[in-house]
Amino acid sequence: MVRFVIRRLLLAVTTLFAISIITFLLFFAVPASPAEVMCGKNCSPTQVAQTEHRLGIDQPILKQYGQFVKGVFVGRTYGEGDFVRECPAPCLGYSYRNDELVTETLKRTVPVTVSIVVGAAIMWLVIGVSLGMMSALRRGTIFDRIAIGVSLVGASLQVYFLGLVLLLLLVYSTGLLPAPSYTPFTENPGKWAVGLILPWITLGFLNSALYARLSRAQMLETLSEDYVRTARAKGLTKRKVHTRHALRAAITPIITIAGLDIGASLGGTVITESIFGLQGLGRSAVRAVVELNLPIVLATVLLAALFIVVANIIVDVLYAVVDPRVRLS
Amino acid sequence: MSVTPTADEPYLRVRDLKVQFPTEDGLVKAVDGVSFSVRRGQTLGIVGESGSGKSVTSMSILGLHNPKRTKISGEISVGGRNIVGMDDEKIRLLRGQDMAMIFQDPLSALHPYYKVGVQIAEAYRIHHPSASKAEATKRAVDMLDRVGIPQPQRRAKQYPHEFSGGMRQRAMIAMSLVNDPALLIADEPTTALDVTVQAQILDLLEDLQREFNSAIIMITHDLGVVAQIADDVLVMYAGRAIETGSVEQVMRSPQHPYTWGLLASVPSLHGDAEVDLVPIKGNPPSLINLPSGCSFHPRCRYAGRNGNKSFAEVPELRSTGQEGHQVACHLTAADRLKLYQEDIAHAGVAQ
Repeated sequence: MVRFVIRRLLLAVTTLFAISIITFLLFFAVPASPAEVMCGKNCSPTQVAQTEHRLGIDQPILKQYGQFVKGVFVGRTYGEGDFVRECPAPCLGYSYRNDELVTETLKRTVPVTVSIVVGAAIMWLVIGVSLGMMSALRRGTIFDRIAIGVSLVGASLQVYFLGLVLLLLLVYSTGLLPAPSYTPFTENPGKWAVGLILPWITLGFLNSALYARLSRAQMLETLSEDYVRTARAKGLTKRKVHTRHALRAAITPIITIAGLDIGASLGGTVITESIFGLQGLGRSAVRAVVELNLPIVLATVLLAALFIVVANIIVDVLYAVVDPRVRLS
Repeated sequence: MSVTPTADEPYLRVRDLKVQFPTEDGLVKAVDGVSFSVRRGQTLGIVGESGSGKSVTSMSILGLHNPKRTKISGEISVGGRNIVGMDDEKIRLLRGQDMAMIFQDPLSALHPYYKVGVQIAEAYRIHHPSASKAEATKRAVDMLDRVGIPQPQRRAKQYPHEFSGGMRQRAMIAMSLVNDPALLIADEPTTALDVTVQAQILDLLEDLQREFNSAIIMITHDLGVVAQIADDVLVMYAGRAIETGSVEQVMRSPQHPYTWGLLASVPSLHGDAEVDLVPIKGNPPSLINLPSGCSFHPRCRYAGRNGNKSFAEVPELRSTGQEGHQVACHLTAADRLKLYQEDIAHAGVAQ
C-alpha cells in the first residue's frame, strides 16, 4: 500500500512536470505579447520592450522555464532597480497584471472554489445517492417514476440556466436570499454558508440528478447479483440484504466517480463562479487567459492537474480498502 | 405452526404448483402444474434443459420470488406448513433455518467483500439471535471443518476469491447447512466445477445427507449426477413434469421420448464408440406461447403416431404400470417399448 502510494506520487510529479512544459510551450505559441496587452494601444515599441524585459519574457523559453522551476523549489527575485519583488519558494510566478505574487492570488481564489465544490459535493452525494438507492428499491412505483423524471430533467439542465433561474427567483424577485458572496469560513461560518447556498443548490441539484441515475442503475444491477439472492436465501431481513449486501457493493463504483468528479471540479467551476460573481480559481484562470497572464494560467493548470492526480490516488486507495479483491501493487 | 410430520410423511410436498410471471410480452408460464414430494433422507433429482422450470420451482419453494411480479398457485408444504401465500416474514424465518439452498456458481453466490467465515456466521446468527459473535464464528469454523476444508480457522478469515472453485462450493454447502436444515435444495451445484471436484462435492453431499438426515432436491441437467445421487427423478419440460419415478425406473426403462433424448445425447464410457449420439433437435419452446397439445411435439420424432392427439391434447401424467413410475405421453405403452428398443437403446448412456 505504502509503496503503491509512493510510486503514484512520483508518477504524479512527472505528470505535473510534463503539464508545466506543455503549458509553457502553448503559451509562447500564442502570437500576442503580454507586454502589448498590458501596455495598451498607444505603446511605443521601446515601452513594450521595456515591459517585456521587466517581465523577463525577453529571455529564451528554456531559460524562462528553468527560472520558473527554480522558483518553485528555492524561490526567486523579480525585476531590478526600483522594481524588485521577492518571491519565496514555492514561487509560482508573479502576476503580470495586478502586481501580486501568484501564490497570493491562489490564496484568495482557491478557498472560494473549494467551498463551492465541497458544499455542493456533500449535497449531491447525500441527495443523489440516497434518492437513487431508494428508487432502485421501489422500482416501478410512483416514487421511482417521479425521482427518475426529475433527475432526467435535472441531468439535462445546465448550470448557466438553473443558476440564473434560481438567482431570479430567490434573490432578485423575492429577496429570500442575499446575492451570493464569499465570506471566509473562519471569519463567519453562517455568512459563509448563506453566501454560498445558491451555488451549492445549483451544482448540487444538477449533479444529484446524475448521481441518482447512476446509483439507481448500480443498485438495480447489484440487487440482481447472485450474492444478494444468497443473502435472501439465508433468511436475512430485507434491511440487512439491502444495506449490508447490496448497498455495500453498489456504492463502490460511485465512490470512484465521485472522487474523480470532485477532483475535476476543484480545478475550477468556471461557469458557476461566473454566474454567481464569485472570485474563484476558475474565473481567475479564464481572466488570466484573456489577459495573457502566464504565471496565473500556469499555476491554475498545475493546481487543477494536481487535484485530479491526487483524487485518482485517493480513489485507488479507497477502492482497495472497500473491495478486498483489489490489491494495490 | 410446528406441526411435526409423522415418520413416513414427506417433508416437502408440492402439489399442482403453477408459477407465472406477467410480462409486457405476455404471461410466462414458467411452471405449469408440477407435483412431487421428498422425504427426509431422500434425494429427488429434477432434470431438464435451461428454461424447463426447474430453478423457478426451487426458488418458489424458498419463497424467493417477488410476490408483486409473480403469480403462484398450488401448494408447497414444508414440514406441514404451506409456503404459498404465507406471510413474507414467516417464510424468511424458515429460509436458511428449515430449508436452505446451494447455488450453481459459488464465486458469484458468495459476497465478494466479506470473509467466508463472516458470511457463514451471519447465516447462523440470523436464526440464533442469542448466539454471540464468538459462538457464531466458532460454529462457522466447525462447519468449514465438517465440509472438508483444511485449516478452517485460517480459511474462515479469507475472502471467497482466495478459495478454489471446489473449496468455495464446500464453503457454500457449509453455509447452507449451518442451521441444520431439514430440506436442502442444490441448484446445479457441480455445473461450474471440474469433473474431479464434481465427484467430491457429490460424495460430500451424500455424506452430509446421511449425517443430517435431510431431504435433498438436486436440480441438474446432468444425468450422471442424478444417477449417482438421486433416489427419485422428475423430468421437466417447458414447465411441466413429463416423467417421474425412481432412478432405476427412469434410467433403465425411460418412457418419454424427451427422456430418451436426454439419455441418448450423453456419451457412455462403456458403450460402442462408433455409434453416434442422438441429439434432441430444435430448441426449448417459448414459455409465453407454448406449443399446443404436448409441448414437446415440435421436437418429437414420434409426434403424430396417434392421429392429431399430440397437437391437440396435453398429455397427463399416467402410471406406466410400474409402481411410482409415471409418464405424460400419448404413445401407447407397446409403442414406447418398441420404439425405445429400436431407436434409442443403443445410443449414449441409454445403453
